[in-house]
Amino acid sequence: MLAQFGYGTLVLSFVVTLYAAGAAMLGVRNKSLAQIESARRAMLLTFPLVSLTALVLITLLVSNQFNVQFVYEVTSSSMPTYLKVTAWWGGQAGSLLFWSFLMSAFASAVTLHKWERDRELLPWVIVTACVTLAFFLGLNIFFENPFAQLYQTLDGEIGAYTFAPAGAQLFQPVDGRGLNPLLRHPGMIIHPPMLYLGFVSFVIPFAFAIAALVTGRTDDRWIRLTRRWTLWAWFFLSFGLVLGGRWAYDVLGWGGYWGWDPVEIAAFMPWLTGTAFLHSVMIQEKRGMLKQWNMVLIILTYCLVIFGTFLTRSGVLSSVHAFAQSAIGPAFFIFILATFSISIRLLIYRWADLRAEAEMTSMLSREALFLFNNLLFMGILVVCFWGVIFPLVSELFTGQKVTVGPPFYERANGPLFSALFFLMGVAPLSAWGHSTWQTLGRALWKPTLIATAITVFLYFTYTEKPAALLGFFLVALVLLVTVYEFWRGARARQQSHKESFFSALNHLTARNRRRYGGYIVHMSMVLMAIGILGIEIFQKETQGQLQLNQSLNIGGYTVTYAEIADFHYRDGHDVTRATVKVYRGDAYLGELAPRIDYYYTPSDIENTLQRMTIPGVRSTLADDLYILLVDWQPATATSATFKIYVNPLVNWLWIGCLVFLFGILIAAWPDKDAELVPARAKNKAYQSSAADD
Amino acid sequence: MRRSKFFIGIGLIVAAVVYLIASSTAQAKEYFMTVDELQAQGAAMVGKNLRISGAVIGDTIQYDPATLTLTFEVAQVSGDNAEIEALGGLAVVLHQAVIDPTRARMKIIYIGVTPDLLRNEAQAIVTGYIDADGVFHADELLLKCPTKYEEAVPEQSASK
Repeated sequence: MLAQFGYGTLVLSFVVTLYAAGAAMLGVRNKSLAQIESARRAMLLTFPLVSLTALVLITLLVSNQFNVQFVYEVTSSSMPTYLKVTAWWGGQAGSLLFWSFLMSAFASAVTLHKWERDRELLPWVIVTACVTLAFFLGLNIFFENPFAQLYQTLDGEIGAYTFAPAGAQLFQPVDGRGLNPLLRHPGMIIHPPMLYLGFVSFVIPFAFAIAALVTGRTDDRWIRLTRRWTLWAWFFLSFGLVLGGRWAYDVLGWGGYWGWDPVEIAAFMPWLTGTAFLHSVMIQEKRGMLKQWNMVLIILTYCLVIFGTFLTRSGVLSSVHAFAQSAIGPAFFIFILATFSISIRLLIYRWADLRAEAEMTSMLSREALFLFNNLLFMGILVVCFWGVIFPLVSELFTGQKVTVGPPFYERANGPLFSALFFLMGVAPLSAWGHSTWQTLGRALWKPTLIATAITVFLYFTYTEKPAALLGFFLVALVLLVTVYEFWRGARARQQSHKESFFSALNHLTARNRRRYGGYIVHMSMVLMAIGILGIEIFQKETQGQLQLNQSLNIGGYTVTYAEIADFHYRDGHDVTRATVKVYRGDAYLGELAPRIDYYYTPSDIENTLQRMTIPGVRSTLADDLYILLVDWQPATATSATFKIYVNPLVNWLWIGCLVFLFGILIAAWPDKDAELVPARAKNKAYQSSAADD
Repeated sequence: MRRSKFFIGIGLIVAAVVYLIASSTAQAKEYFMTVDELQAQGAAMVGKNLRISGAVIGDTIQYDPATLTLTFEVAQVSGDNAEIEALGGLAVVLHQAVIDPTRARMKIIYIGVTPDLLRNEAQAIVTGYIDADGVFHADELLLKCPTKYEEAVPEQSASK
């Protein structure tokens, strides 16, 4: 009953969404403000409607209504309530509904904006947002109904149906299958919603871009209006990626955090175009250039967001990787193709209106370096895209399926990332408009010299590997330049405002949030790069079978096998836990407990055992000692096999992630005067004095 | 300082990206094959980067914890999605592959940690190379158990 009600509200949401899009278009054609207002209200109404639908689904999940197929598939009665709630996005149908929920929330938030100055944009923002929302609601209605119930037909077959087939009986399973234990990690519970938040937030700048294209308002108004949306989108997408990496490191037991698999890349690609977009909109705001390019970037980002959801949810790559099959693949394909071609048609139509107001004058100017930064991001995007579609392309042309793995991405992207770091070091020192080798060289020679000295020092003390040395040189350069920028700004303010250094630093950052938030993000990139260089280049590993009190040595550590024990937990899972003692030289550092968890699922499933290998990790700023229990002798428990990694510097990766999020928060935090500062656009002289970088 | 210089700069970046993609593809490409296809090509594929998929035969799984050597056999399954769907889905196809003794089989050797998902009738996707005896030496082992959860476990849950 409740399930049918949920389906009803879902259909109602869909109808209202379609109405909003239709009314907005009619309103424009009939020049009827009333119709547009009606559309706006309809869009506002989608949020409570989709929320109600979601609430019904959550109610079904927490009350163990296993005759609902989705509830059966993602929960079981032994799961704690919070996991039952988060199981909402633990399966395909639910996560699509989650997408719609976020989309309707953001669309409503946008309608509450003060529209007086931007009246003509409103209907087209409504159309874009509602078409997107309708697409996702439609997927739920026509392909992946989260409210489908299990029925047993007369001939005994059990299947999921939206409406009861003639003569069929409701089928009530005793228990659900439960959420995969690998996914019961805090990182994995908030990882998908963060990614989705990022994905969906990018729809808003896109909607404004389309509105600007349709109405011909080709100034940078749409960018200013959506600047914060873009930053928050970027924040959530980045956070989601980071959580995914941390989850892999904690749970998956292979000592890594990123595996270049297509699903990861699917989330990474919109991040790349989004990052390029964040940089290049500054050029449009400052110099009135790259307008066409910004349109291209936001259209690409939108399409990659949809494509990313598609890759993670549709199973299109299952020919290679055996994901769950689904009927939604073609629907996604058609939608992406349609939105992309319509957007590009609009862009071509307005192409001439989007011409740059100024011309690039110098190869070394800030705007030129931003342009090169954009090209490098696009280069990485092309590498990733090529890697994902290469199997399909090669099969199409040669009949032989050929894939590329992580070595491809590392080899092709490594130099591009290095070049990006180099730009990160140089660009903050270059001037807008005009810059020469001389001015740039004058600013750059000191940091370069110090970075070189650091590299030489590392050569004699730490490593002789050229790739590592190049990496350390670049991170040192970026770090020095960025710190110098803070120092220079704060000193200037200290002198002009007669403040203490730290108060000057504080005010400086508060007054120029985006600029200094951006620099903090640059510094976080440095920290992350240190972590990545550490684990990628200096990771050590060893493995071996140990008798009790025997030891393995690695990277200065001695690991001694002390004990093994089995535990049985009340929720039905078993744990085998080994205890090892860790020494560095003669100094005793403590115990670690790598373990294997065993989860049993109900007996109606063929494979009833799920293992999870949980590492024992000792984490310091210098390195992580990462120990896996691989195998042991159950009979005697006297010997066990361990695999041990030493991951140098990897903690800087996680520290960098935190700094990164902090930097975006600084940049995106609402100012009192928000984004509606009309005076600034005209006051170019004031603006280009880096007050609002 | 005119436009042509910019186009040279842009051209250089584009050329670098194209070069990186082309050379990295050539170096890192892996041939994705089924057991049948690989055995049909035989000696021609020895030493090349390969990725094959097959159904794990539970009875053949052996693990030597002293040397961390894992050996098992996989049975031929189709690489064609549509065909798998037509036969009743991946779970059915894997099951039939394991119980059918006439299917082509291939022995896999892997040094390392036993993956959590290795079990009878799982789908193994292994990356590595074959030696002259037709034994597959795996560098990387991915496993999928389609019957277990609707939601596939992310790909990283593999041993690397």
